[in-house]
Amino acid sequence: MDENKIIVTISGKDGVGIVAEIASVLAKYEVNIEDIRQTIMQGCFMMFLLADISKSKYSFKEIKDALTQTGSKLGMEIWIQKKEIFDKMHTI
Amino acid sequence: MTFFNEKSIIETINMIKVHNLDIRTVTLALSLRDCCGENIKEVGEKIYNKITKYAKNLYTYASEIEEEYSIPIINKRIAVTPVSLVGEACKEYDYVYLAKVLDEAAKEVNVNFIGGFSALVEKGCTKGDIALIESIPEALKQTQRVCSSINLASTKAGINMDAVKKMGEIIKETARLTAEQDGIGAAKLVCFCNVPGDNPFMAGAFHGYGEGECALNIGVSGPGVVRAAVENLPKDADFGELANKIKQIAFKITTTGELVGRRMAEKMNIPFGIIDLSLAPTPAIGDSVAGIFQAMGLEHAGAHGTTAALAMLNDAVKKGGIMASSYVGGLSGAFIPVSEDAGMIEAAKKGVLTFDKLEAMTSVCSVGLDMIAIPGDTSTSVISGIIADEMAIGMINKKTTAVRIIPVPNKKVGDYAVYGGLLGEAPIMKVNSLSSETFINRGGRIPAPIHSLNN
Repeated sequence: MDENKIIVTISGKDGVGIVAEIASVLAKYEVNIEDIRQTIMQGCFMMFLLADISKSKYSFKEIKDALTQTGSKLGMEIWIQKKEIFDKMHTI
Repeated sequence: MTFFNEKSIIETINMIKVHNLDIRTVTLALSLRDCCGENIKEVGEKIYNKITKYAKNLYTYASEIEEEYSIPIINKRIAVTPVSLVGEACKEYDYVYLAKVLDEAAKEVNVNFIGGFSALVEKGCTKGDIALIESIPEALKQTQRVCSSINLASTKAGINMDAVKKMGEIIKETARLTAEQDGIGAAKLVCFCNVPGDNPFMAGAFHGYGEGECALNIGVSGPGVVRAAVENLPKDADFGELANKIKQIAFKITTTGELVGRRMAEKMNIPFGIIDLSLAPTPAIGDSVAGIFQAMGLEHAGAHGTTAALAMLNDAVKKGGIMASSYVGGLSGAFIPVSEDAGMIEAAKKGVLTFDKLEAMTSVCSVGLDMIAIPGDTSTSVISGIIADEMAIGMINKKTTAVRIIPVPNKKVGDYAVYGGLLGEAPIMKVNSLSSETFINRGGRIPAPIHSLNN
């Protein structure tokens, strides 16, 4: 388990530039993207992004605040969580 | 290479967002045994300093962890050594003063409740115990955040009927002194049988005599998540399948709680104590234990079959929790507070959930008669009779039971008591008004049952 891994979950209406916008925030905050998956679920765009914040000089809170702001600018729902919660909850 | 599973992510977010999964409480359990002394002012000072020192960062750290996992931590609380012990060596007893000190300390560190204005008197009362019990009404009137609990019985010791009698009077007086808020003082006062010393939930939290210097205990909840999972099963799924589903959910809730608890303990640099997995309802729609009964196929809480449903639920929750953590403790199981559960409130309003049915349910739930508003003119001996019955259920069945009832001043059956927040609102329920007076006046102690001799 690694507390530097975060999962960003974005959902809402599909549109141009969502991935680019999020990715540019992550780049600005020196966060390395390890994996991205996208899907359309019940007409709703969903993106899951796994990233590593260990090399970033910014705190988790600063990164989260920046992403949250971008999410609301895009009119998308955005969740930023440490990956540990998913590993713990769904693994025996 | 790190993996992730989109389904798991969606499930977790849904549990939090749609079904109200939360960490109900992070509770700092703290010993105050080293605060004893002859001079009460010095004792008060030591108590205040110790609490504010240890709990200084409780609120901030909890908020940080909330951010990290995006899971709400609803309450930040403190549980201390039963104060009857802490104040007992003082030359002059003034437990109301000590309650005010606790209240001030809780306010200073921004916690909403502090538990431990308590005494354990199952076999008898010391001088300090008596003084504390007598000071409860005034202490709860003069404070906002202090919670009080008294252990009146145990399977090993029997039932202290003198104290049961006394507590009938104390509960009524506590409600009377807080009449302008529908007797809210009594909502912060609970009588126990077989009380655990590591429970993080209020009003019964305190730091037991056998515990260490301090610990971080955590209480997780999630009746809404269980309800949703049960609802999603086919209506003809049998009880084995039902129990399995509940266990799976309980497992997920517990592992999440333990993650948060351990992280919190690490930040505070104190030992992790226990995780208490209790399905603790809130007045929020859907976050209801009564809702689980309905999802199981009962028309309403109170229908025949409710006790069986609760027994299965309580047991399955514990089994799922035990699988997830080695340190499950406290009260773990399913709570059935009336005023805090929208489904229970509705059932009580309709008159389909009665006081007597609730008593039966307490023989299989995780605690007892909880947050039940009763008529203000209920006699003290009837209240003591209610307590005695509940203590007997706990004593004989080797389980924790409790009574938190509010004789709401100037209100009668059909009226409502409104507390707001997590304490919710409750219709005044009918109680049997037949006299228990001669029985209660006998005094003494009901002997421990035969199976207490298990040594």
